Amino acid sequence: MENTEIIKVQHLAKNFGSFQAVKDVSFTVNKGDVFGFLGPNGAGKSTTIRCMLSLIKPDNGQIQLFGKDLQKHRNEILSKVGSIIEKPDFYRYLSAEKNLAIFARISGKDVSKREIAEMLDFVGLNGRNRDKVGGFSHGMKQRLGIAQTLLHQPDLIVLDEPTTGLDPQGIVEIRNLILRLKSEQNKTVILSSHQLSEIELISNRMVIINKGQSIIEGDVKELLNAQEMVVQIDVNDIEKTVNVLKVRFENASFKQINERIIEVNIEKQLVPSLNQTLVQEGVEVHALEPKRKLEDFFMKIIQS
Amino acid sequence: MLLKNTYNEFIKILAKPRSYLGIGALTLLVLLILFAMKADGKSFISFVTASFEQTLSFNGNILNGNLIAFIILQMLIVHIPLLVSLVTGDLISGEAAMGTIRMMATKPISRTQIVLSKFIAGAVYTLILTLWLGFLALIVGKWMFGSGDLIVLNSDGLVILKEQDILWRYGLSFGVAYLALLTISTLSICLSAFAENSIGPIVSTMAIIILFTIIGTLDVSVFDSIKPFLFTTHMASWRSFFEDPVPWTTIRNSVTILVAHNLILVLIAIYKFNKKDITS
Repeated sequence: MENTEIIKVQHLAKNFGSFQAVKDVSFTVNKGDVFGFLGPNGAGKSTTIRCMLSLIKPDNGQIQLFGKDLQKHRNEILSKVGSIIEKPDFYRYLSAEKNLAIFARISGKDVSKREIAEMLDFVGLNGRNRDKVGGFSHGMKQRLGIAQTLLHQPDLIVLDEPTTGLDPQGIVEIRNLILRLKSEQNKTVILSSHQLSEIELISNRMVIINKGQSIIEGDVKELLNAQEMVVQIDVNDIEKTVNVLKVRFENASFKQINERIIEVNIEKQLVPSLNQTLVQEGVEVHALEPKRKLEDFFMKIIQS
Repeated sequence: MLLKNTYNEFIKILAKPRSYLGIGALTLLVLLILFAMKADGKSFISFVTASFEQTLSFNGNILNGNLIAFIILQMLIVHIPLLVSLVTGDLISGEAAMGTIRMMATKPISRTQIVLSKFIAGAVYTLILTLWLGFLALIVGKWMFGSGDLIVLNSDGLVILKEQDILWRYGLSFGVAYLALLTISTLSICLSAFAENSIGPIVSTMAIIILFTIIGTLDVSVFDSIKPFLFTTHMASWRSFFEDPVPWTTIRNSVTILVAHNLILVLIAIYKFNKKDITS
């Protein structure tokens, strides 16, 4: 992966009256990253993203995209960016292709009718070109939003909560689409989502923000590996397992789920040793399932 | 980019049903007046000319297309602002309510260009409305009632204008009427830059027109200093072209005030929209 910085946000701050929406957010996105942007509701994610797209003027801090200052080179930068903020909104009284043509016309690149038709085909809206958007379902609008985002072939794609309101099939489709954008076109993607498991599946780097501040930033795998994890162990002797944990793994915490299953909170590197010890002590280990997900990691970071 | 977005604005206006509501309502109103005049125009005219009949004798076709156009303009110039603001008041705030302004503002087009393209589109829509009014009032009016000299009742008395001396007056009066309507369009777009919903700017525009009109008609000395600067004072300036001689200085003053209003309102809208955080 190239290490060219596509986005560099430094000490971003934004107040709305007396409310401090963003206090101090800093992060860097490199070319080719699928960058996860995480935080609970009200953390300042949307405000930060809106600042990056010049929808909101920050009170403090610097935003550089493609190595250039956003305020000084706004139009040049935005011509290389495609985005969906929260939900794609279109002119309900216009057809899908007219909506795309309207946004393409001001996107800085000439887009032909054929390209619009191809893009509608790409997002699975072929045959609906001339239908008015007012009659589209949420999922169809979301796909049209993706088409609008990609139509002018941007280098950077910003997707703020792109799967909100979608059914499971729609979520999988959007996820696959993002993966295709990365693998086939090497696009840089920023993905903000409440579907935290999705970030874990798609993103290679991430930042977590809470209460308007960036808390942690880095490689998703490294960040997850460095933390404790939860393993669910299916055993034949729960009492013996509890004794082993108490005596041999004093730092591990555990919770008995039922007479066969126990959930253990333990450092990742100690998991093989735990398994080995249990077997040595005569416990039959029927299953050992890692349960630690981004949700747990996320909650832990936020709570700390 | 300004031209491209202006083209976009035309597409949006053309596709919106409410754009045709204004033209439809205007057509219906003018046709109603024409029908009423055709049915009972003579008694309407005799009511006006009755007080002069002891000293003057009226011959020929008094109830002609020129007079009909004047009556229509007089009646409708007060109501057309609502039809104008119905479309123009929605141009920015309607997009804010729909969320599309957010999509536009993330494109490589400056906010000043977004606002200017909406003003241009609003100005063209207002022009089409004015031209349509002119066509219905003057062309259809003449077709239905024929041509002839124009008798106008002013505060100074009756003014009789020769048939061949009328067309240029209508041309210029429609120009000034357009400028007055353009001010309404600009005002509603300006208010639209402050709002997040469609109704607010439309209602506010009408409220301002009513308020200023009341101030303009109140015979209270405390308002005397501001009356000349209210755009509503100059809304009926088109009538001045039907005086003899034409009060050019008064008309020039009205045009200056209306142009100044337009420029100031455009600048306020640009300033506000550039400063605005788009959070919708």
